[in-house]
Amino acid sequence: MRAFKILLITFIFFTVPLQINSAEKVELLKTDWSFKGPLGKFDRSSLQRGYQVYTEVCAACHSMKYLSYRNLMEKGGPEFSEAQAKSIAASFEVTDGPNADGEMFSRPARLSDKFPMPYPNEKAAQAANGGAYPPDMSVLAKARKGGVDYLYSVLLGYTEPPAGITLDEGVYYNKFMYGNKIKMPKVLEDDLIEYGDGTLATEEQMAKDVVTFLMWSAEPHLEARHKMGFRAIIYLTILTILVYFSMKKIWSRVESEV
Amino acid sequence: MSDHNYTPKSKFGKWFNDRLPLLSLANHLTDYPTPKNLNYWWTFGGILTFCLITQIVTGLTLAMHYIAHADMAFDSVEHIMRDVNYGWLIRYIHSNGASMFFLAVYIHIFRSLFYGSYKAPREIIWILGIIIYLLMMAAAFMGYVLPWGQMSFWGATVITNLFSAIPLVGEGIVTWLWGGYSVDNPTLTRFFTLHYLIPFLILGLVVLHIWALHVPGNNNPVGIDIKKPSKDTVPFHPYIVIKDTFALLMFMIIFAFFVFYSPNVLGHADNYIEANPMVTPAHIVPEWYLLPFYAILRSVPDKLLGVIAMLSAILILAALPWLDTSKIRSAVFRPLYRQFYWILVLDVLVLGYVGAMPAEGLYLLIARVATAYYFAHFLIILPLLGFKEKTLPLPFSISDPVLGGSANLSMAKSDKKEG
Repeated sequence: MRAFKILLITFIFFTVPLQINSAEKVELLKTDWSFKGPLGKFDRSSLQRGYQVYTEVCAACHSMKYLSYRNLMEKGGPEFSEAQAKSIAASFEVTDGPNADGEMFSRPARLSDKFPMPYPNEKAAQAANGGAYPPDMSVLAKARKGGVDYLYSVLLGYTEPPAGITLDEGVYYNKFMYGNKIKMPKVLEDDLIEYGDGTLATEEQMAKDVVTFLMWSAEPHLEARHKMGFRAIIYLTILTILVYFSMKKIWSRVESEV
Repeated sequence: MSDHNYTPKSKFGKWFNDRLPLLSLANHLTDYPTPKNLNYWWTFGGILTFCLITQIVTGLTLAMHYIAHADMAFDSVEHIMRDVNYGWLIRYIHSNGASMFFLAVYIHIFRSLFYGSYKAPREIIWILGIIIYLLMMAAAFMGYVLPWGQMSFWGATVITNLFSAIPLVGEGIVTWLWGGYSVDNPTLTRFFTLHYLIPFLILGLVVLHIWALHVPGNNNPVGIDIKKPSKDTVPFHPYIVIKDTFALLMFMIIFAFFVFYSPNVLGHADNYIEANPMVTPAHIVPEWYLLPFYAILRSVPDKLLGVIAMLSAILILAALPWLDTSKIRSAVFRPLYRQFYWILVLDVLVLGYVGAMPAEGLYLLIARVATAYYFAHFLIILPLLGFKEKTLPLPFSISDPVLGGSANLSMAKSDKKEG
C-alpha cells in the first residue's frame, strides 16, 4: 500500500509540472502516422511519394548523406523495385575517380552510391542560404524534440508574423519553429509537384509524405524493430508465466510463501 | 559452510578439485544458504549481473564497428544503425541497457537503505557497492560521449570543466584531461579507452562484492541475524535461482519495451546532431540517472563548493554504516526511520526533476532546499534517530515471528501480491 501511495505521489509530482509546462508551449499539429504503435508500419506509397517530394523539393538545399540508392529498394523502406531504384540512381550524376589517367570524371549514379550533396561544402551551403546551413536530413526526424510531429508542424506552420514582430530580409515567421524565426522560406504549396500515383498534392499531403520518408530515413529498420519487439515480448511473457508456475511448484516445498 | 566437507563423486573430479577447487566453489554457490523470506527487492542483484554482462557483450560487438575518431565517430554510429546486421538492435540494447542498469542499481541501493543492509557486518559489501556505482557513473558518462553528438560533446565539456574549479592546478588538469585546449579527438580516444576498461574493473569489483556477501550471508527483510543453514534458509539453487529468473524475465519485458518501442525516449534529440564546437545547445542536460547530482552541483552558487557538494553527496554514502547509529537493521521495525526513508526517496526524485529544469527561479530554490535536506538526512537525522527512535520488538527468527506472524508487514508484502 505504501509503495502504491509513493508511486501515486510521484506520478502526480511529475505530471502536474509537465502539464503546466506544456500549456505554455504551442500544441504541435498532429496527423495519423501509420508507423506509430507496436505494430506500426510505413505506408509504402506514402514513402514513395515522400521520396518524390524530397528529391524534387528538399534536395535542392538539404543533403541526406547517410542514404544510398540501394536503400530505396530495401525491405521496410519505400521498396521501389530494383529496376526503379536503378533508374532513379541513373538519373543523378556523381563524381568518381581518379581514373587511370588521374582524372576525376562524372558518371550516372549506381545503387551503391550515396545521395549526392547539394553543395560542395558547408560554407557554400551557408553562402547560398543567407548564412544558415540547411541541416542534413538523414536523421532529422530523431534530431528534433517532437520528432515527426514537429517537422510536420514546421512545414505547415508558416504564417504572417504577429503585429510588433519585424523580420529581417530572408527570415520567415513560423508558429512552430523554436524562436519562431526560420531562414527556410515556405516551400510547400498546393500542387507544387505532380504525384506519380495521382494523389492530390495538397500541402498537408506533401508534408505528411515527406515526413514519413524522413522517419524512415532516420530509422530504416523501424518495421523490423516493431516486428521483432512484438515477438520478443510475447516470447518473454509466455516464458515468464511458465517460470512463475515452476517457481510456485518449487517453493511449495517450503512453508514460506513466494 | 557446506563446501568444507564437499567431496566430488568422480575420481577425476576429486583429482581436479584437490588442485583447483572449482567444484567446491560451484557446490558452495548452489548450496549457499539464503534466508527464505527474501522478497522481490532482493532479486536486483541478479538483475544487475545480467545488466553488466549485457552491456559488456553488446559493447564488445559495438566496438568492432565503432570508430573512435572525432571525424568518424558519428558516421560510424549511423553505419551501425543502418548497415551492420542487427546493429540497431545491439546499439539500442546498449544505450537503453545503460538506463536499465541505473534503474536496477537505484532500486538495489534503496533496498539496502530500507532494510539496513549496509550495517555491520556488511560494511565492506556496501562500500564496494558504492565504488561500483561511482565507476558505473564514469562509464556511463564516457559512453554517452562516444556517439559524438551535440549532447555528447557539450556534456563532456561541462563535466570535464568541473575540474577547473580546483584551485591553482584546475586549469592544468582540465587541459591534461582533454589532451588539448578543448574537448576534441584526443578526449574522444581516451574516453573510448576508459569506457572499454571500466566495465572489466566493475566486473572484478562485482566478484569481490559477492565474495564479501557470501561471508556473512544475505540480510533479509526482518533484518535479524539467522542461523545458516537452518529452517530459516533455503539453498540458493533451485529456490533463489528460479525466483531471480522470474524477476529477471519481468525486468526483461520492461527492457524490451524500451528497446523495441521507444528506444530514444530516454536519450536527448540533440545527440542525433553531430558534435559542433561552434554551436552550444540551449539546455545542456546529462542523462536522467545523473540528474539528482547535477541538481546538487547547480544548487551551490560557487563552482568549487558545488563540485565538492556533488562529490560529497555520493561519498557520504560510503560513511553511511557509521552515520546510522541504530542497532536495528530493517525499517520494518523502525517506524520513524521508515517515514524519513520515504521522504528521502521523494527528495531524490525532486532533485532529479529540478536537475532537468533550468537552474533559475523556483526550480533553483527547490533544488537548494532538496540539497540541504539530502545532507541533513545523512548528517543529522540518521545519527540522531538511532538514539531517539523507539523501535518495535524484533522476532526471534524468521520462522517464529514474535507477534504471531505479523512481523513481515513491510512494503515487500504488498508488492509480493502485485508481482
